[in-house]
Amino acid sequence: MSPTQIAIALWTLVHKETKRFTRIWPQTLLPPSITMTMYFIIFGSLIGSRIGEMDGFSYMDFIVPGLIMMAVITNSYSNVASSFFSNKFQRSIEEMMVSPMPNWVILCGFVLGGMARGLGVGVIVTLVSLFFTRISLVHPLLTVGVVVLTAALFSIGGFINALLADKFDDISIVPTFILTPLTYLGGVFYSISLLPNFWQGVSMLNPILYMVNVFRYGFLGVSDIPVVWALAAIVAFIAVLFTIALWMLEHGKGIRS
Amino acid sequence: MAEPALSIRDLTKVYGNGFQALKGIDLDVAEGDFFALLGPNGAGKSTTLGVVCSLVQKTAGRVTIFGIDIDRDFARAKYHLGVVPQEVNFNQFEKVIDIVLAQAGYYGMPRREALPRAEQLLRDLGLWDKRNGSARMLSGGMKRRLMIARALMHRPRLLILDEPTAGVDIELRRSMWEYMRRINREEGTTIILTTHYLEEAESLCRNVAIINHGEIIRNTSVRDLLAELDTETFLLDLAHPVAEVPTIEGFEVRQVDSAQLAVVVRRGQRMNDIFTALGEQGIEVVSMRNRANRLEEMFVSMVEQGNSDKAAAEALEARA
Repeated sequence: MSPTQIAIALWTLVHKETKRFTRIWPQTLLPPSITMTMYFIIFGSLIGSRIGEMDGFSYMDFIVPGLIMMAVITNSYSNVASSFFSNKFQRSIEEMMVSPMPNWVILCGFVLGGMARGLGVGVIVTLVSLFFTRISLVHPLLTVGVVVLTAALFSIGGFINALLADKFDDISIVPTFILTPLTYLGGVFYSISLLPNFWQGVSMLNPILYMVNVFRYGFLGVSDIPVVWALAAIVAFIAVLFTIALWMLEHGKGIRS
Repeated sequence: MAEPALSIRDLTKVYGNGFQALKGIDLDVAEGDFFALLGPNGAGKSTTLGVVCSLVQKTAGRVTIFGIDIDRDFARAKYHLGVVPQEVNFNQFEKVIDIVLAQAGYYGMPRREALPRAEQLLRDLGLWDKRNGSARMLSGGMKRRLMIARALMHRPRLLILDEPTAGVDIELRRSMWEYMRRINREEGTTIILTTHYLEEAESLCRNVAIINHGEIIRNTSVRDLLAELDTETFLLDLAHPVAEVPTIEGFEVRQVDSAQLAVVVRRGQRMNDIFTALGEQGIEVVSMRNRANRLEEMFVSMVEQGNSDKAAAEALEARA
């Protein structure tokens, strides 16, 4: 395909993916907004006022970046996992497989669609948080950069999950039993400096901790871990997962018999 | 000499569970042909077409589409290929127009070209009025026509139709036949068809391959195949019921019910002899028709022969 044709194919897929989640916005955009509002009210306002400061900031200010990141992670992941698996389940993936569209375009199309939803929900949650606190960005470029990279990383993760899935249950196992615990234990609600040394060490193995901390650093200018390390880890994860996903597509894993 | 639209050499497919679906088949389909690939369920038809369309990974062999080796440049080969699968495979929650436009987009077709093409195809296939409706609201026949429209969006030179009229009523089936004939005749589109309606293959196709147990057991023209047919079964409706099966010298006669007989006529035998013999026995025939279409009889006899050969080979192997 020529570069123009590739651009048309990619745009077609991204447009289709974006249209899909906006068409069903009561299932995709509304629930995270309501859930996060509950977090802000209960943890931020009611309980947070009794907790006091965390790392020198009000508890509400501390949890806002983590909650935005949590929404971005879960929505990027689940968008691609459910959309790609639906395409597999309905066999509409065959529309793409019989076309001359390169596999990397298929992968990028779904990933960009997942990023669009993840970042869209992130913007909604940010707007909701403005009802509870004033947001200031110490490092705006870093903040935007890290949230975009995180959305990309989890979109690729969702894609691999959908490729491997045989039934709908298979796309809920990872979010329920892996993603959610890692997110809750990834420093969204607390600073790992509160933990004993051993658990601090264990927490350092959690990749989500790095993303939440860099994102929080962009907002507040404080982080439990070195920012450069965290950015390098995210980029490395993206490179590895993208390569795995593309290899699986090239070899027809989960989609060709 | 022009490259064949499709050329398959020594194509083998062994699935993960060890089942050998294709046992080194060879097949050529000439450009402009209307070609039938026939075979009973599980014979290897869909696996063959799946390999050609990149939905199934071959184990060994070579496939070229208009001379382009799919192992070397599948993307370029796919430009020439349109596929109408056996089962509905579009997102049923999308609008009809969005489904065909998205397919054009996957082939890199700009929207300014795709829109008029989509309108033309949807009008030709009687779906234009449904363009803004959800695809799940379409009837079964409309869904099949939508898949044909989608497959033709990028103007493929080779169209593969995997049982396109399965479950479609007679009237709609005939209108789809007419449409397929038209694109074959007027646009020169090569068409490969698999079907269970052998009447469809006899009516539409010029050449035919019969596949059974993963092997091509016959590859010839429909005309030559029919010429080889040496028996036909005729059903005779009688004016009055008969208690016993009448005897007709030289013919095999069976009773279908009390007022209907099935008579097997071999090549060279005269129909007049049947009516004379029945007349002499006081039996009056009011109407007559073929039991099944001719190609179907040929197909059934070939497949049955293949099955009995296979059973014999397996019995020999078991004894050894």
